[in-house]
Amino acid sequence: MASLTVSNIRKKFGNQEVLKGVSLSVKSGEFLVLVGPSGCGKSTLLNLIAGLETINSGEIRIDDQVVNDIRPKDRDIAMVFQSYALYPSMNVRKNLSFGLETRGVPKAQIEETIRHVAQILQISELLNRKPSQLSGGQRQRVAMGRALARDPAIFLFDEPLSNLDAKLRVEMRTEIKELHQRIKTTIVYVTHDQIEAMTLADRIAVMKDGFIHQFDTPQQLYDNPANLFVAGFIGSPAMNFIPCRLVNQGNQTGVMLENKAGRSFFMPVEQHDLDVKKWLDQEVILGIRPERIASGFYEQEGNPMIHEIECIVEVLEPTGPDTLVFVIINDSKVTCRVSPHAVKAPGESMKLMIDMSKALLFDPGTGQRIENQTAGSTGCT
Amino acid sequence: MRDKTAALAGTSDPATLIGRIIVYFVLIVAAVFFLIPFFVMIMTSIKSMNDIRTGYLISLPREITIEAWVKAWDSACTGINCEGMKNYFWNSVRMVIPSVIISTLIGAVNGYIFSKWRFKGSETFFSFLLLGCFIPFQVILLPMSQTLGLIGLGQSIYGLIFVHIVYGLPFTTLFFRNYYVTIPDEIIKAAKIDGAGFFRIFRKVILPVSLPIFVVAIIWQTTQIWNDFLFGVAFSGSDSQPITVALNNLVNTSTGVKEYNVDMAAAIIAGLPTLFVYIVAGKYFLRGLVAGAVKG
Repeated sequence: MASLTVSNIRKKFGNQEVLKGVSLSVKSGEFLVLVGPSGCGKSTLLNLIAGLETINSGEIRIDDQVVNDIRPKDRDIAMVFQSYALYPSMNVRKNLSFGLETRGVPKAQIEETIRHVAQILQISELLNRKPSQLSGGQRQRVAMGRALARDPAIFLFDEPLSNLDAKLRVEMRTEIKELHQRIKTTIVYVTHDQIEAMTLADRIAVMKDGFIHQFDTPQQLYDNPANLFVAGFIGSPAMNFIPCRLVNQGNQTGVMLENKAGRSFFMPVEQHDLDVKKWLDQEVILGIRPERIASGFYEQEGNPMIHEIECIVEVLEPTGPDTLVFVIINDSKVTCRVSPHAVKAPGESMKLMIDMSKALLFDPGTGQRIENQTAGSTGCT
Repeated sequence: MRDKTAALAGTSDPATLIGRIIVYFVLIVAAVFFLIPFFVMIMTSIKSMNDIRTGYLISLPREITIEAWVKAWDSACTGINCEGMKNYFWNSVRMVIPSVIISTLIGAVNGYIFSKWRFKGSETFFSFLLLGCFIPFQVILLPMSQTLGLIGLGQSIYGLIFVHIVYGLPFTTLFFRNYYVTIPDEIIKAAKIDGAGFFRIFRKVILPVSLPIFVVAIIWQTTQIWNDFLFGVAFSGSDSQPITVALNNLVNTSTGVKEYNVDMAAAIIAGLPTLFVYIVAGKYFLRGLVAGAVKG
């Protein structure tokens, strides 16, 4: 177990700067997920931590040791790859023992370790098979076993589940989480799948274009995204972004929403840190998650933040527990999560309740949050 | 799938059947066409001179004799030297084995570097190396003979070995590089993290999956080097001539009668080793070429 600190790392490939000053710190035993769209630099960052690429500037520490110039094999890390990267000519046993033999671990101890690891991952009966004789899930297990056998200070996972089919992916996800709870080793895990990130991580770093846009716990990312990108990336179905104008009505500040028929509805917003003077009568973007627009909420009586809006149903997408209803508000498409029995047919008008207490406002120019309800949610760059 | 089984069973659908017949007909004609010269060579080599003089080129021998073979191997005259092909045959063997082994091994390491350990400028370097595949033999004759003279390898079998290694490297490097790029880089990364270095990864991870491409490189190199005439005639000394040169001398040596049967036997002797290598390892040859082509 070890902590990991990454300070202001930059990495260029040719003329293209892939990482533009990234800083992170992972506590010992923590499960960190790096998430972002492809090309955001997350895999590069992982390769830098592993030592497979060299950094252009910045510093990487494992515990208190700067490892910038230390070779991968001496960093006390183990890595699991997307393509599993098993040695094709070796059977499972040799795949597991290769790293140990290279390090000169005594034979008896290797035997013991392999037995132990194979037992944990339930691959004991596969030990004499070649990788080509294994299924995708089994290969994934062996790849994890190879990392586990080394008993490293830090595990690095590079999109380990991307090559598996959907059902197996969910199973393996749970297994990885169980494994982490059991061995409690520090893990850095790269994925482009925000659900994987949310379910696995203690903390998530959301990356895009070589920057970390936000580094926080899954719940904080969900409730308090720092900008439009994070807000849109985390959560499925994605958060609704409705362009609107901030206005005063009576003694309340809020936004005006207009349905397709041209009828306007006033929705008050919370005003804790909101610089009303600056933003009054300005265009803003209202961010509201689909589950905050529903046919009704528990304890909605007397809640001053829940308001009604009437819209024409455009499209329905039943998911089972809920039905996604698409409506048009302020000329943009809005997803609502409605209980199936309250759903109206497409073309009909439907009354929806909006819970504005979780609504967020964004600056349409910069994409940043206008109002930061919690001080803890700050982007790193 | 049904088409395939139907065709194999040789069946019903007349169009398919006619198609098959045409295909086989063309193939058989082509095979015969290419085999006839070899057939004539073998027939001629087991005829007596008398037989040759009185018969036709393609007529079968009236009596079979291995006299010509014995003479070609043991006592035919190449120039003033009348010891047959045997010494030259072994010259060629002594030349081919080390040059094939060394050029293949270096090519393997080169290919490994160009595919898995790229360095700044390695692509450019590789392009230059590839140019070597397109340089005609004649162009390097003079500079190479000077070089060989300078390093003291002129007129010797070692000089020939050296030339063949150098000339073979662009090809072997290309073969191995194209094969190794199909091996995922992540495997190399995994091995690095597992603590293995350059040569350990090569030995333990890369070499064990390299058999098909080794076969390709070895067949290619053996054929090229064994069949080479120009380097052999230009850089060898009188006691280090390869069999191709000796064959030429034997055929061109005229001491009275032209012994076609001995010429033919000598030519077959000169061609047998490459034929043997191809027959033994041919199926790997195709497999290796295809493996590189499809995935690369």
